[in-house]
Amino acid sequence: MRDRVWIVGGLAVFVVALTAPFWCARANTKAMFHGPNLVLPANAKECIAPAETMRAQHMRLLVTWRDDVVRRGDRRFVAPNGKVYERSLTRTCFGCHEKAGFCDRCHTYSGVSTPYCWGCHNEPKAMVARNRP
Amino acid sequence: MKITRKDFLRLSGFSLIAAGAMRALRAAGKGTATTNSTGNPVRWGMVVDLKKCREADGCNACIRACNAAHNIPQIADRAHEVKWIWTELFAKVFPFAPASYSPDSETCGRVALMCNHCANPPCTRVCPTQATWKREDGIVMMDWHRCIGCRYCIAACPYGSRSFNWQDPRPAIATINPDFPTRTKGVVEKCNFCEERLARGERPACVDACPQGVFIFGNLNDPNSEPRQALRARFALQREPELGTSPSVYYLV
Repeated sequence: MRDRVWIVGGLAVFVVALTAPFWCARANTKAMFHGPNLVLPANAKECIAPAETMRAQHMRLLVTWRDDVVRRGDRRFVAPNGKVYERSLTRTCFGCHEKAGFCDRCHTYSGVSTPYCWGCHNEPKAMVARNRP
Repeated sequence: MKITRKDFLRLSGFSLIAAGAMRALRAAGKGTATTNSTGNPVRWGMVVDLKKCREADGCNACIRACNAAHNIPQIADRAHEVKWIWTELFAKVFPFAPASYSPDSETCGRVALMCNHCANPPCTRVCPTQATWKREDGIVMMDWHRCIGCRYCIAACPYGSRSFNWQDPRPAIATINPDFPTRTKGVVEKCNFCEERLARGERPACVDACPQGVFIFGNLNDPNSEPRQALRARFALQREPELGTSPSVYYLV
């Protein structure tokens, strides 16, 4: 039992090394867990549906909108709260949101690949900036 | 189970009768549906007044307006060019229309051409993915999300109204209109009669842009609409009517 000191000491070092990231994070508040830091719209308080619904269902909603507009010519969307919106990515979604600070940031954060919407669709603000001489 | 020849024939006969009855019922149902829903259906159409167009030959305001509204790339290489409205010599568009001694002034000008939005479009019949189809209001519509770029529709269209994106169109667009999508490489495109503007209650971009008022746009099914009045008042041509496509674009000579 002469090695007890070494064994216990070694175990202690091992446990400290194993939990080091947590201690470091606790000490350094900048490295603490935080969300994707989204740029939220300044001009609107509410979305077309509650945030939880949008977070979980926005991709299905966009695909449904696409089919409604292109294939059925139906552009009128009545939100759950009774408000009427135009089914349009450019006019309705980007009337408030921005691509880089909202869509892309959350997709990067969640590790979701960028959808191919942007192969054809344009963000109004970015395009205005790009076209400026 | 053993089946006798008599049973087999009887069963086949009944099946045939059932299948025939189903088809007849479905056809009857469709017939009533169209007459019901089409109390006063819209069929969008365009009348192009070539006489007025000749007065400002080569102004091309319609083409510029369309290019700007729909993010149409300007590609110099003719093999790769993309066009929604374009012009062609009268004699090439209507090769059999001029008589021997027709005045040059009327047969040498250029004619504005676009998708004819045929009543019986050949392009929609060949599309394997239903990316192009005929809407109830007569517009031959395209769903670029669904186009796989097989180009059957280009082969089927007798008017050359469809263009293919052989390259990424974005670098060839001077100013992108964010209100309308661009296309990607590998997608077919053509005039959509400004379906997006009609939905907002506006007239097509070329109609609004023309300083001469050459284009008369309206509902061909309404006998009192502007295009119908124009067609009643003057003799008009359609492009290659003998093909049976029934174009919705008419040309007043």
